[in-house]
Amino acid sequence: MARITAGIATSHVPAIGAAFDQGRDRDEYWKPVFDAYDWVKEFQKAEAPDVVILCYNDHASAMMLDVVPTFALGMAEEFDVADEGWGRRPVPMVMGDPVLAGHLAEQLVIDEFDLTLMNTLDVDHGLTVPLSLMFGKVEEWPVRVIPLAVNVTQFPTPSAERCWQLGRAIGDAVRSYPAGLNVQIWGTGGMSHQLQGERAGLINPEFDNAFLDKLTADPDALRRITRLEFLREAGTEGIELIMWLIMRGALGESVEELYRFYHVPASNTAVGHIVLRPTG
Amino acid sequence: MRTRLYSLDELNDIPGTTVFNAQRSRQAYHLHKFCMSLMQEENRIAFKADERAYLDRFRMSDEQKQAVLDRDFTKLIDLGGNIYFLVKLSNTDGWTTQKAVSSMTGMTPDEYAAMMRAGGRSPEGQRSIRGKN
Repeated sequence: MARITAGIATSHVPAIGAAFDQGRDRDEYWKPVFDAYDWVKEFQKAEAPDVVILCYNDHASAMMLDVVPTFALGMAEEFDVADEGWGRRPVPMVMGDPVLAGHLAEQLVIDEFDLTLMNTLDVDHGLTVPLSLMFGKVEEWPVRVIPLAVNVTQFPTPSAERCWQLGRAIGDAVRSYPAGLNVQIWGTGGMSHQLQGERAGLINPEFDNAFLDKLTADPDALRRITRLEFLREAGTEGIELIMWLIMRGALGESVEELYRFYHVPASNTAVGHIVLRPTG
Repeated sequence: MRTRLYSLDELNDIPGTTVFNAQRSRQAYHLHKFCMSLMQEENRIAFKADERAYLDRFRMSDEQKQAVLDRDFTKLIDLGGNIYFLVKLSNTDGWTTQKAVSSMTGMTPDEYAAMMRAGGRSPEGQRSIRGKN
């Protein structure tokens, strides 16, 4: 039987990817950020997950123009790295797990989640920056990845509660998978930030830290945050935090916090990172 | 009538903020098609060689084309654009995302970067036009 052994959340700022790719990761600006991810790299070596279900958002790289899926699951054997206008990030091809993805697609649609299934999908910094932060510079990613792309850009996004429920269904679907896989689920994006308008640059540490606290202490309170509240309190792009709730929902009733980091700024964004272990 | 947690009009009540929705997405469809075309190197080269001629390949409004030529991101957002598409343009120009974003705030890139280093823009007074909080 497959198990979800950890839930990990992290911001996925493109500038982090650029700093990483260009070897500026330990300069004065970036050092506090990259130092903070040393812990999780060691954690991953010990955990050696087989598969990551990676909740992220496509930044108008593969979707958003002709089709705008609310939830899109990556079904392919491999996912190419998108060119976002500055050339492809020099990172390995992302390898999928079509068999587990097929199982998830089946179970989740039966459980009333009308997913879009992607048989081809180029992945952008939303997915590859978290991989770089968790595994560093590698020849190939040491894990298979099932991308789950969430619309967090075009209003209305799914609600916090809907994301939570999807996470719960993912948890159930993984536990019903016969092969004994070690599965992690990641929620990416956030924390507070706004990338447009005169209000750009908004950062709300109070909201962000309360959100981090409640992932363990009071997750039900997070399910009740409205889209409007996310926009007002965490900025137009801060609503990416709903993807953390898919991760948290998949972990079940209670979790233990193993590691946490919060830092302002990375470019326009508050960086948050948390590692959670399901405890029942 | 179904009940709603809040009126959608409240989305217009956030200072300095335009919420990107399905109508805006449609309004900017061809603008965004142009932006996504810049994900290919040969298109970036063609655009840089003759911006106006390249823009004329797309069924964008003249206003949208002019705003692209002017790199007027505030105007592009007004005309339906979304930042995730628009950064394909600033990436093509070799701008950082931060520079593109800062251009909408009335601050210089240096002033904006200093604000971010100092902790960013506080949400105080920035939550609601009506509530003035």
